[in-house]
Amino acid sequence: MQAPLEFRPPAVPARPVFRARALTKVYVMGEVEVRALEPTDLDLWAEEMVVVLGPSGSGKSTLLNILGGLDVPTSGHVVFHDHDLSAADEAELTRFRREHVGFVFQFFNLLPSLTAAENVRLVTEIAERPMDPLEALGLVGLSERVDHFPAQLSGGEQQRVAIARAIAKRPDVLLCDEPTGSLDYETGKIVLDVLERVNRETGTLTVIVTHNAAIGALGDRILRLRDGRIVREERNAVRASPADIEW
Amino acid sequence: MRTLHLKVLRDAVHAKGQLTAILVLVACGVSVFVMLRSMHGYLRGGQERYYREYAFGDVFAHVTRAPLSLEPRVAAVEGVAAVYPRLVEDVLLDVPGLAEPATGRLVSLPDAGEPPLNRLALREGGLPSSGRRDQVVLSVAFARANGLRVGDRLGAILNGRLESLTVVGTALSPEFIYEISGYGQIFPDNRRFGALWMSRSAMETAFEMEGAFDDLVVDLSPGASEAGVIAALDRLLDPYGNAGAYGRDLHVSHEFLEGEIDETTITASFFPAVFLVVTAFLLHSTLLRIVRMEREQIGLMKAFGITPPALALHYLQLALIPVVLGSLVGAGLGLWMAEAMAVVYAQFFQFPEVGFTPDPGVVGVGLGIAMLTGVTGALGAAMSVTRLHPAVAMAPPAPPVFREGPLERTRLWRALSAEGRIIVRNLSRTRLKSLSTVAGIGLSLGILGALFSMFDAIDTIARVQFDGVQREDVAVYFHQTRSGNAEDALARMPGVLAVEPFRTVAVRFSHGPREERSVILGLDVDTKLRRMVDARSVVHRPTPDGVVLGALLARKLDAEPGDRVRMEVVEGRRRVHDVRVAGVIDELMGGGGYMEKAALHRMLGEGPTASGAWLRIDEAADAAVYEALKHSPSVAGIQVRELTIRGFRETIEQSFAIALGSTLVLGMALVMAIVYNQTRISLSERGRELASLRVLGFDRREVARMLLGEQAILVAAALPLGVLLGWFLTWLVIQRFESDLFSMPVVVTASTYVRAIAVVVVSAVLSGLLVRRRLDRLDLIAVLKTRE
Ligand SMILES: Nc1ncnc2c1ncn2[C@@H]1O[C@H](COP(=O)(O)OP(=O)(O)O)[C@@H](O)[C@H]1O
Ligand SMILES: [Mg+2]
Repeated sequence: MQAPLEFRPPAVPARPVFRARALTKVYVMGEVEVRALEPTDLDLWAEEMVVVLGPSGSGKSTLLNILGGLDVPTSGHVVFHDHDLSAADEAELTRFRREHVGFVFQFFNLLPSLTAAENVRLVTEIAERPMDPLEALGLVGLSERVDHFPAQLSGGEQQRVAIARAIAKRPDVLLCDEPTGSLDYETGKIVLDVLERVNRETGTLTVIVTHNAAIGALGDRILRLRDGRIVREERNAVRASPADIEW
Repeated sequence: MRTLHLKVLRDAVHAKGQLTAILVLVACGVSVFVMLRSMHGYLRGGQERYYREYAFGDVFAHVTRAPLSLEPRVAAVEGVAAVYPRLVEDVLLDVPGLAEPATGRLVSLPDAGEPPLNRLALREGGLPSSGRRDQVVLSVAFARANGLRVGDRLGAILNGRLESLTVVGTALSPEFIYEISGYGQIFPDNRRFGALWMSRSAMETAFEMEGAFDDLVVDLSPGASEAGVIAALDRLLDPYGNAGAYGRDLHVSHEFLEGEIDETTITASFFPAVFLVVTAFLLHSTLLRIVRMEREQIGLMKAFGITPPALALHYLQLALIPVVLGSLVGAGLGLWMAEAMAVVYAQFFQFPEVGFTPDPGVVGVGLGIAMLTGVTGALGAAMSVTRLHPAVAMAPPAPPVFREGPLERTRLWRALSAEGRIIVRNLSRTRLKSLSTVAGIGLSLGILGALFSMFDAIDTIARVQFDGVQREDVAVYFHQTRSGNAEDALARMPGVLAVEPFRTVAVRFSHGPREERSVILGLDVDTKLRRMVDARSVVHRPTPDGVVLGALLARKLDAEPGDRVRMEVVEGRRRVHDVRVAGVIDELMGGGGYMEKAALHRMLGEGPTASGAWLRIDEAADAAVYEALKHSPSVAGIQVRELTIRGFRETIEQSFAIALGSTLVLGMALVMAIVYNQTRISLSERGRELASLRVLGFDRREVARMLLGEQAILVAAALPLGVLLGWFLTWLVIQRFESDLFSMPVVVTASTYVRAIAVVVVSAVLSGLLVRRRLDRLDLIAVLKTRE
């Protein structure tokens, strides 16, 4: 007998994708200590779009890099599903990045010697169940320019190739550090639109780090960072569309 | 400006790895140059001083016996400044502690005073007393090799009688710088051959040569015609069994020393040239990269008002730091090695004075050439600074432009992974740099291969000569040709298993305008102990109708099979014959002519005659054979095959050990410097890209493969080129090495090149590992924060 609809178990699993506790990061530069992250607790859930907002130097990139396995916390724990990233060695972090994380950076970081399609292929070649590179490029609206080298693409197009490259491996999390930081207003909005669509259509947990407060409206949640601390957490009842925001 | 100087130093420290590689190359090039040039000066100077102070003659002649009354007539020849008639006899020696007989070249000394020419440099003891046939001075090398001191005794067969000689002194002589018997010897064997000096009156009685001479040393007056004097001497001496007068160029000791001095000049130009060309190339690419990385600073400095020439000079200074340091290190190292080599050479050539004084001229030229190379290599990159517009310089450089090449439309391309495409595209974008790298590594492999091939060539010579040609156990040389059955006495000796007599005769060949002194060896058709074997190990036979010429002699005479050559016999009645060239044999050692023995006898109008014989002996009884030979009055010298082989190998090993060691070091330094610098430049150009790959989840090994794979492909591409260059260099070197004594085959074997390639690959891998250490420390986060 079928259970009545009212008794359906919750669709969203009760465990977060990322679970960070008492995370700190201290950079020691000679005699100076920079406390980039004060003790921070954080849970990130599947399918969410999270925007981390904060002024320059507030620790946003530090937090993102720790989540993405590019850096390790000075103390505290980050657990990805049930992998403790804070206890992982370099080889394990490399594997973690390779299998689970998609990165998008301010400066695109494409390989100049590879065409758009090849930049995506580079990653799909080492992924377990990737998309077809052309499909990924289609998702970001670049089907026409797959054979162009980075030097032949505009900044916005390069960033969309970077997004395609990040999502082509079907990552568990898409981490974007100032994805519009080196783009003009119009292009920036196109890129945000792509990110919003990707999150909606693929259900990939997406974290966007930015100093641009207007972008906060796009997230399910907004985390405000100041001086290495999450000072406020907000929820948007309705996510705004990139077309509607202005800065 | 002072701050700019500070920046030069900081930049130098920053690029220390690459600048060190350049420094090492400059040091190698300059040290080889300074060492060999110094050695050249040292040998040349030492030779000249030695010849001058000990009055080395200009023209030499040997006769059977001529009256001393001939002396004034020789002195009267136009161009002759001084004449010294003397006695020179080869005698068998019984040296304590030496089983086989040694050969001594006994040279007469005036009973009073010093010889006017070819004087002695007395090292120990004194001169023999006049008329004492039991007193001799020994050559230093012979005495040392046999552990003989002043006061020691040794046996000698003087005109058929075994006599006991006392060593009264040891001496050096300019005519025995390279002490060699001529009895089939190529390298000195100081234990078994040496010079001895005895008073003239003692030798006159011992050899029944009162009032006569058999050897002549002539000094030419300045500007005299050597050829004219030689011709005049031949005319005067021909009635007395003249073997033919000759100049220094045919004097065996002089010829060898000249060869050695020549060799230093060739090597002194070749090696440094290679190093300096590679240095210029590396300086160019390294500095170009530094300028590109600093374009923002350059723009800034220009905006501040620093003039373009001052900026160009700034970068030139940076490039010249490793050049200056390297050449100073190289000059010091070169002088140090030269000093060490001088001791070795002085001992080897027995120069009376060992002192080595550094030549500031050589050091100056070395430093000058290095500076010139440095400026040449750095100029292009330094000048590019002046063309950079401040505004453009401060904007980030345009990203490198990649295009699809023709390769990319092939099916192979489609199968290539993204990693593979990165490598291929990067290689083809920097085509010129890639080609230069291939050329540099190829050259290094070529140098190594050529050197290793020398060993193959020498092995081939040894194999052909000692397995194919010389199959006797002992070669015996008679004082004079002996008619009748001289071999019977040898055959009767206990332990002698087989005897094959041979006939040699000195001749003068002429063909058209060409003239050569040479020797004809008469062999039995079915000779077993000495055969005619060519470089390809093919056995030839002497013919009764004509003469077979060694290839070298044939070349000198410009004679081919079928030609007729004029042959003047330089003995007896000095008859002239017109003979057909029956064949040319491309042999490795030797270089005379061959005839069937009976035909030679017929031509000379003589019965069975022997100049010597080849023996096969019972190994167990060799001591008995040597003992018997020591008491044979007719024997002037012997050569033991086993000992010749050993001496050959030892000499080769000694003289090549230094060459091998230094070439190995130089070749490795070249490959390492090239690969290290080019990889460092790639790393610096593509560090951001490689860090991005790491961020994307590529592990260290995969990223290293992408960077080092590029160099691996270049090294692989350089290998075939290197083998070709090696073959060419071998051929070139062998052209230079060819002498009257032996010619070398160009041997290229797979195993040799496998070894040379292994050295190149190991050097490249070492450099790769050095760079990989840096690759592993790549800062992943820093590259994300900046744009190139
Ligand atoms: N590698 C580093 N070494 C030293 N200090 C660092 C390093 N990375 C970041 N910081 C410092 O940590 C703080 C946080 O930096 P970051 O996370 O990059 O901030 P945001 O991305 O919000 O601008 C800053 O004060 C920054 O200067
Ligand atoms: Mg940041």
